[in-house]
Amino acid sequence: MSLWEFANPVKFMALSGKVLPWVIGLAALTLIPGLIWGFFFTPEATNFGNSVKIIYIHVPSAMMAINIWAMMLVTSLIWIVRRHHVSVRAAKAAALIGVTMTVIALITGAIWGEPMWGTYWAWDPRLTSFLILFLFYLGYMALWAAIENPDTAADLTSVLCIVGSVFALLSRYAVNFWNQGLHQGASLSMDREEHVADVYYLPLLLCIAGFILLFVALVLIRTRTELRLVRLHRLEIRERMKDA
Amino acid sequence: MIALLVRDMRLAVRAGGGFGLGLAFFLIVSTLVPFGVGPEAAILSRIAPGILWVGALLACLLSLDRIFQLDFEDGSLDLLATAPIPMEGTVAIKALAHWLVTGLPLTLAAPGFGALMNLQSPGHYWIFITLLIGTPALSMIGAFGAALTVGLKRGGLLLSLLVLPLYIPTLIFGAEAATRGTAGLSAVTPLLMMAGITAGSVALLPFAAAAALRINLR
Repeated sequence: MSLWEFANPVKFMALSGKVLPWVIGLAALTLIPGLIWGFFFTPEATNFGNSVKIIYIHVPSAMMAINIWAMMLVTSLIWIVRRHHVSVRAAKAAALIGVTMTVIALITGAIWGEPMWGTYWAWDPRLTSFLILFLFYLGYMALWAAIENPDTAADLTSVLCIVGSVFALLSRYAVNFWNQGLHQGASLSMDREEHVADVYYLPLLLCIAGFILLFVALVLIRTRTELRLVRLHRLEIRERMKDA
Repeated sequence: MIALLVRDMRLAVRAGGGFGLGLAFFLIVSTLVPFGVGPEAAILSRIAPGILWVGALLACLLSLDRIFQLDFEDGSLDLLATAPIPMEGTVAIKALAHWLVTGLPLTLAAPGFGALMNLQSPGHYWIFITLLIGTPALSMIGAFGAALTVGLKRGGLLLSLLVLPLYIPTLIFGAEAATRGTAGLSAVTPLLMMAGITAGSVALLPFAAAAALRINLR
């Protein structure tokens, strides 16, 4: 039994159908208490006031926005190398979730930036790279939408995703070079010295776990829909062939 | 390969549109910007390198869909695919032809158009140098985008959406080098970074573009 057996959509559908309710349940169990804890049971921070609480959405969504692109890169590579059908559908399914996370991170950042920095938007490296990431997501999704043949679309978007990843990374460093920023450095790291205080840290970890589980649940649902769409497409073609 | 290069350049120059259009568009952008921001010489000379770079980039974008589209429609791309030249070579030659008929004229014209925006004296030199090094990357990245969208009926708008984000690093380093050079600062770092992007694109993107073309010709 190897991981590659799930290249078979039937096996994937069977397993994901069983796992899905559990993932949804776990996501609810972490995300809801995490957000409630974060919003209502943490003290106000000295320099931030109540606005600190937006961190519980801002940080997890920003993390997911980047990680989802990374996941799309990996699944696209798997499709190119091994023609793993589930894999490329998962990349397509993840794109919309990724772009949503990017938008959430940008908007919550703007809402948070207004009281803290006095502006909704600044051409800070982190903010700018997120805007660029948003554009990359848009291009990727537009290419999927434009091509009719699902296999051609899968191939071309995978190539775009791989090349796009290189250029997205380049943009990240180019932007760093271009302007110095307002945004603080990383709030989380393995190094204990650099953490935010524990009262904020623990609910934040819970929220991050919740966002990850939520993403897994959503991507499973959407991948299942995608696989059914492919099957439908194949059936339609078969019917048309019969008529001809 | 040289025959292909000559053929592509002849087609581009004689068929009209691609060759002069890019330059004319560039001139119009350089004319419109002062209308938009006002005629103060100080502001114009400060933003001139950036505007010239953005203008050149957009002008380059205009003719991208011609790289493969016409050949795809009349079937010559299929012939090229079965020709003894590897697909990667075809892509590289076509990108080179695109650069020779758009990137190079833009580079040569940019210092002249700089006069419209009160570009100060070392600026002409820097705009020329940065565009000379940067526009090959624009053509090559554009060829990749064109290869992705070649099978589509109305790929033009999608092509811009795909290609413009890929242009960002080149634009940042190019415009930064030009701005720094014009201001009399050291521009070596961004210039080297941009040269690196150009070299990397020219070396690697033909493979990606050829893969995309093969998928589209399947």
